[in-house]
Amino acid sequence: MTEWFQYDFLTRALIAGLLVGGLASYYGVFVVQRRLSFLGAGLAHAALGGVSLGLLLETEPLVVALPFTILVAITINWMRENTRLSADTAIGILFAVSVSLGIIFLSLRDQGSADAFAYLFGSILTVSKTDLWATIAIFAAGLLTLRKLWGRWAYATFDEEAAIADGIRTSRDQYIFSVLLAVTIVVSIKVVGILLIAAFLVIPAASARLVSHSFSAMTLIAVLAGGSSVLAGLMLSYTLDLPGGAVIILCQTTLFLAALMYSRIHS
Amino acid sequence: MITVQNLSLRLGGRQILRDVSFTVRKGDFLAIVGPNGGGKSSLIKCLVGLIKPSGGNILRDTVDARDIGYVPQIKTLDRTFPARSIDLVVTAMRGSWPARISPRETNTSLDALQRVGADRLAFESLGSLSGGELQRVYLARAIIRKPSLLLLDEPEAGIDVFGTSDLYSLLDEYRAETDVAVVMVTHDWEVAFHHASSVLLLNGDQISFGSPNEALNETAIRNAFGHVGHKHGMLSGG
Repeated sequence: MTEWFQYDFLTRALIAGLLVGGLASYYGVFVVQRRLSFLGAGLAHAALGGVSLGLLLETEPLVVALPFTILVAITINWMRENTRLSADTAIGILFAVSVSLGIIFLSLRDQGSADAFAYLFGSILTVSKTDLWATIAIFAAGLLTLRKLWGRWAYATFDEEAAIADGIRTSRDQYIFSVLLAVTIVVSIKVVGILLIAAFLVIPAASARLVSHSFSAMTLIAVLAGGSSVLAGLMLSYTLDLPGGAVIILCQTTLFLAALMYSRIHS
Repeated sequence: MITVQNLSLRLGGRQILRDVSFTVRKGDFLAIVGPNGGGKSSLIKCLVGLIKPSGGNILRDTVDARDIGYVPQIKTLDRTFPARSIDLVVTAMRGSWPARISPRETNTSLDALQRVGADRLAFESLGSLSGGELQRVYLARAIIRKPSLLLLDEPEAGIDVFGTSDLYSLLDEYRAETDVAVVMVTHDWEVAFHHASSVLLLNGDQISFGSPNEALNETAIRNAFGHVGHKHGMLSGG
């Protein structure tokens, strides 16, 4: 363990991984309870469109992916509220549009698409100082939501009409949630990769749901499960020389199976 | 207490309510009765403030949303949400979902739950409750703010007959103690006839409004439902 801290890049990977692991799981509890598991996949693939545009423009891909993903998140929300389409239909459309754009942007590059793989599968050891500061900033924003927004989001997740009847502006809160989720997904790309982000959001929250009787317990357990699986996953991937993102998800799956067994025994 | 004047509502290009007018005073029990699709639940949602009417006025003594206790249809409850009864009751005190419940909130919630005979359910998972138990928890949640107006949307849906009669006894007791005004959507004419002080018969248009005897007359029921069912015989006889 101590050798991790001898190398700056390993220390950065560990801190960034722990922060995004906890944060993605925190937002994941709302994603799971609102039955929006597909939203994670949709926004991650929106990020692919942005990353590809960044690669084409030869600028930092994640900087381009950020506004691109936020725009898609806001559009999904707008379509859900202002058309007769459900959220999963809106996600399905924007998912396909973003991937199509991503493929076209990559095909326009002279260098081919090999470097896009780092974003598809994650490359946690390349987390830079800027990436780490961005992660710390978005983690701090997540902490700020604990005071007021967590309770309002939870209330609207349980019963949106009751929340509105109590004077909560659920539509505005939902836009804030979508933007924060989009940003979290973009900063998670280096840790787990675009292909696995949806699982990163869903599995710790689903595991926590199986063993919790209150929403606050579910949130806490999901964050602990998300953070600890990143820690275990990174150490295992380093020891076994396997891709970090995939090993983290398999660690989360192990926790999920344990939660499933626990809930079956205690039900 | 609350006066509705010429209220109309259009949703998705369809006229749901037209020219609805009535008054509810302190201590009244208004039953809103009518066929399915007659706009009963939409009217309640207008009164709660969930839907904005397209025309007319809703005049209230107070504009404070917290002065209304609202019991929605329990069939819409998400039973997969991890929550205990007390969490739901505390939402009415806080206006948001509680992460931690203070001893003062616990005591106030237990008092409200005890009032509706559901204190033993305080720490039970919502998903494990029966329809009748859930309705009591929702009622505790509605009365915890000591509202002057209680709005209930088909409280009998999803509850067996015994649970339903318990619920109306609770409502009658609470109304006698606090002088709260109750507005309730129901499809049960018998309840409207025996428990309500006034009845609004609705089929998009307002068919009748008045005391149960006046509002539930044969012509009005024929206008609302297109026929006079077997229950009407019971009402005429009762």
